[in-house]
Amino acid sequence: MRASPGSEASLWVLFRGQLRRDLKLAFGQPSELANPLAFFVVVITLFPLGVSPEPGVLAGMAPGVLWIAALLATLLGLEALFRRDRDDGTLEQMVLRAQPLYLPVVARMLAHWMVTGLPLTLLAPVLGGMLNLAPEARLPLMLGLALGTPVLVLLGGVGAALTVGLRTGGVLLALLVLPLFVPVLILGVSAAELAGSGLDPTGPLLWLAAGTSFAITTVPFAIAAALRIGVETG
Amino acid sequence: MKYIPDGLRRLWHRMGSPRWFYETTGSWVPWLAASAALLLGVGTVWGLAYAPPDYLQGDSFRIIYIHVPAAYLAQAGYMLMAVCGVVLLVWRMKLADMVMATVAPVGAAFTFLALATGSIWGKPTWGTYWIWDARITSVLILLFLYLGIMGLRRAIERPEAAGRACAILAIVGVINIPIIKYSVDWWMTLHQPATFSVTSAPAMPPVMWIPLLLNVLGFNLLFAVSVIQGTRTEVLLRERRTRWVTDLCRQERA
Repeated sequence: MRASPGSEASLWVLFRGQLRRDLKLAFGQPSELANPLAFFVVVITLFPLGVSPEPGVLAGMAPGVLWIAALLATLLGLEALFRRDRDDGTLEQMVLRAQPLYLPVVARMLAHWMVTGLPLTLLAPVLGGMLNLAPEARLPLMLGLALGTPVLVLLGGVGAALTVGLRTGGVLLALLVLPLFVPVLILGVSAAELAGSGLDPTGPLLWLAAGTSFAITTVPFAIAAALRIGVETG
Repeated sequence: MKYIPDGLRRLWHRMGSPRWFYETTGSWVPWLAASAALLLGVGTVWGLAYAPPDYLQGDSFRIIYIHVPAAYLAQAGYMLMAVCGVVLLVWRMKLADMVMATVAPVGAAFTFLALATGSIWGKPTWGTYWIWDARITSVLILLFLYLGIMGLRRAIERPEAAGRACAILAIVGVINIPIIKYSVDWWMTLHQPATFSVTSAPAMPPVMWIPLLLNVLGFNLLFAVSVIQGTRTEVLLRERRTRWVTDLCRQERA
């Protein structure tokens, strides 16, 4: 049975198709998949070398360092987010389809998060251990990253979509999205720090959860609008 | 739609025409500029020379006469840009894009002025040029948002696409500004003991706040005149291939 365009069934098919395709493409290039993670680990390694290997000092700055490294690793993966789709014309087809862009965009961002934000989240407690992060802060750090990295990916997606047709994307992209990352950084770090000093981290985590829900419902519209412009300019 | 008065509706439709804007505002600019100069002159001289010194901060508080209007316009400018962005995306009004293109550098300049005066003010009051105070930090992030929008506009070659891209970014930014502000406030309460605070007098006497009021009005007019004049230039630049602009240039030359 073929569903008519715009019906619920066809949108769901579209969503799953997009997700499957993007994951397949991502796993087709394992080296690209591993790069942001390797970057994450290397940046973390620089801090004991550059600041101090003293366990006490490291423990104090561990939440901030882990979060900033996660921010930068996310940023690194963003530039290529829509580039290949744009170069081979897939993006144009996506925009020209009769169905609204919202769900395919959500699927695209979800796939991207599954190969960047999720592994970062899983890797964070290990690196936290290396930075002497307080054991009781590890779970709040992970929860914070699990809730916060989707927001980073979505907000970054707006920047990536706006700069998709441009030759000078990289640095401009950082300038566009890093200021928008500030609230996520603050909330994520404060959750881990509160837990590290024996306080209840629920507050910032709930705020992060609220931010994630808000971002998932609204930001894909901005990404879709930006992609339409990007396709027109290209 | 029938509840909107006819005059307002006509004005709205006319504003869609850059030519109408150019021709109407031409006579405004000298008046606005003159009243801005008058208000700023009176307000600044009064504030700097005649207002009494603050009982705690002495003369250093006088920078408030520049700092406060600049800081307020820095935020208002971003709001204006976002409103123009909505108008551009919804009604495709070309003039909104031209205003948006002009507001970005003007707003960024006021933001920088607010940061610079705040930093200079910080030295005598807090003993340092820069502290990571909540307000300073959020204004710094506001400056980054302005710079991002300016950079994006410069990077996209086609002006129409650049306008709509900047509109999206401005709207995303304006939703984020309160979130950034609250998160930074929270970060402050978590990190910083409240040792530093602006120790201003509880309530200003009129001789202190009247010059401030004059300067706020004057800065508003200065902002308006900068934006209007900048938009007029933008109109000429973008419409340079149209008949009325070439006619205008021919008249000027003759």
